[in-house]
Amino acid sequence: MDSSQLLGITTFTYMFSTILYAAIFIFKAKKLGPAATIFTVVAFLIQTAGIILRWQESYALGYDHAPLTNMYESVVFFAWTIIFIYLIIEWKFKTRIIGAFAVPFALLAMAYGSFSTEITKEISPLIPALQSNWLIAHVVTCFIGYAAFAVAAGLGFMYLIKNMSESRQTTNDETIIGTLPPLKVIDDITHKTMVFGFLWLSVGIITGAIWANSAWGTYWSWDPKETWSLITWFVYAITLHARYTRGWGGTRIAWLAIFGFVSVIFTYYGVNFLLSGLHSYGSN
Amino acid sequence: MNKKNPLFSFFSSVKLALFTLFLLAVTSIIGTVIPQKESIEWYIQNYSETTARIFQVLSIPDMYNSWWFLGLLSLLAINLIVCSIDRFPGVWKQIKADNLATDPKRIRKMRLSSSWQSNKTEESLATDISNSLASNGWQAAQRKHDDGLLLFAQKGAMTRTGVYIVHASILVIFIGAIIGELYGFKGSVMLPETQATSRFFQTGTGKSIDLGFTVRCDRFDIEFYDSGMPKAYRSKLIVLENDKVILEKDIVVNDPLTYKGITFYQSSYQGYEDFLLTVTNQESGNVQTVALPFQQQQELSSHQARIGIINAEAMGQTITRMKVWFQDDEGPASTFWINSGEQVTVERTGKKYTVAGKQMYATGLQIAKDPGVWVVYIGCGLMILGLFVAFFLSHKRIWVLLTKEEDETTVRISGSANKNKVGFEAIFSSLASDLETKTK
Repeated sequence: MDSSQLLGITTFTYMFSTILYAAIFIFKAKKLGPAATIFTVVAFLIQTAGIILRWQESYALGYDHAPLTNMYESVVFFAWTIIFIYLIIEWKFKTRIIGAFAVPFALLAMAYGSFSTEITKEISPLIPALQSNWLIAHVVTCFIGYAAFAVAAGLGFMYLIKNMSESRQTTNDETIIGTLPPLKVIDDITHKTMVFGFLWLSVGIITGAIWANSAWGTYWSWDPKETWSLITWFVYAITLHARYTRGWGGTRIAWLAIFGFVSVIFTYYGVNFLLSGLHSYGSN
Repeated sequence: MNKKNPLFSFFSSVKLALFTLFLLAVTSIIGTVIPQKESIEWYIQNYSETTARIFQVLSIPDMYNSWWFLGLLSLLAINLIVCSIDRFPGVWKQIKADNLATDPKRIRKMRLSSSWQSNKTEESLATDISNSLASNGWQAAQRKHDDGLLLFAQKGAMTRTGVYIVHASILVIFIGAIIGELYGFKGSVMLPETQATSRFFQTGTGKSIDLGFTVRCDRFDIEFYDSGMPKAYRSKLIVLENDKVILEKDIVVNDPLTYKGITFYQSSYQGYEDFLLTVTNQESGNVQTVALPFQQQQELSSHQARIGIINAEAMGQTITRMKVWFQDDEGPASTFWINSGEQVTVERTGKKYTVAGKQMYATGLQIAKDPGVWVVYIGCGLMILGLFVAFFLSHKRIWVLLTKEEDETTVRISGSANKNKVGFEAIFSSLASDLETKTK
């Protein structure tokens, strides 16, 4: 058994969890709830084992680094963090419906990692620039932020769907939409998730700056990746201020959660493939 | 401060903050799409004469240092300062408020409130309740009112400053950046092995700057993985003052050398066609290093010997091994192969030498002095602290009002929190029921 097999199994297991959560939502099959949770937890554990095994394999090859150093490893970790944050929300807010909107992001990330021909799955050694103790701190903090924003975007979609059908006044507890949590609750969880993501994104940008300073003598050089992370930071800073001081909520915040995540995806993925800069080693 | 002043209210408005953040976010995109700091010719070649001219007028080629971008950042800074001056006094009043002076009517009307009767006296209840609160970490103060005795306890009053810590942290980071801009410099130097320098070229201006001391590179090595990928670039740097060795360090990427506030970073290298030979007399311990070109010989003054390279093999630009010619004061010359980066023992009449040979390199060093970096880091630390406080900690307050009625005392407990109200509700109800069972 090697890590790529375990991570392959993970992709399929997340597919089943997605189907189960979608079934709970679409067919109101509440009985499937525990099964969906169990499937997701099992997939999460398999993935955790896969990541640990990949770490060990890196040591066996003499490369000695955490599995957080190329695009494949980062999408795997991205998926892992999304599920981690989702499971916490499911446990804390006692609702499974959110799974239908959050777990698909993890499935997409894993499917992209597994099936894309653009990126390599090989464990490769670290180039000198990446050999730093800041690597783990920087990547982990950034991805906790990214994953939280992914979940917030899922919640934003959920809010908009529920809001659309409520404004058509067709909602009662009998319909699909009726099973969604009340708008106020979705709005509250979206906000809390974004706040959580904002804190981690800030720490991610700061650890990146400290790392850059220890490697190149410049903590900020306006390279495209840095700049885009700052743009994303601005987007969420605007969102939080609009909510705290101008009382924004509901649809506007839902749209901002989605819009913010577009900026996250561009920072994470778009910059590597569309723009050039210091982070270009993350692209293969 | 006159709050009716229109200029003041303009600079303190959240609308301005949102607008500035929005403009910063949108304009920042420009520099990620249009490559920065290229020459004017480059822009003419890649865009057009007119576009390049427009770029120049708007400072697009160096937009993050342009007057308008720095202007936007200044606007944000002014906004942060004015808005904090505007709001902080109000928040400070809330932190320092005399909560024992709260009107009992307000306490009875609070959303979180519960009450019960007790047949104990006010005084003994006050003691019991104080002790019980204290065991839960709430330090209560008390005061006599017209209609009874009021106890008050709070936690996290200072957490109301969280937002202002975040705002201040951004200003601290700006100050650090300005200090770096004014009193720091960045530059680079290409330093061949065995050579020393006390000057380097400033990035951007190309000005030659004096270090105030000398730095020498004794050796540069590249290590490779089996796959041929570079594993490490390593330079042995020596800091000298008045020809005296002050400091010695092997630097690699991510592990620089710092002396007198100036830091040397491993950033690039350049291979030469020359060779670096180090000869050690195994008995006397005499060491001498020489750099010499292909097929030339040179004198080793400390060994009374001569050495030369008569042949070499290379893979691409990298020399793999070299054939060395060596002769000291006795006997015919010795010739032998050395793998680049390794050493061999050479036996001569009555003497033994160690000869090490390698391709000669120059190490590319990035040189930086930034006295503002610690200010920036303090700002970063403050930001994380401030965000944590602002998002996750709340100001929690609890009032307990004791009113005497006939032969009974009414105990009324009320509470409020400025954030995480759901979480506080749980704390409040467990505290209230705890007090109720203890005082009934």
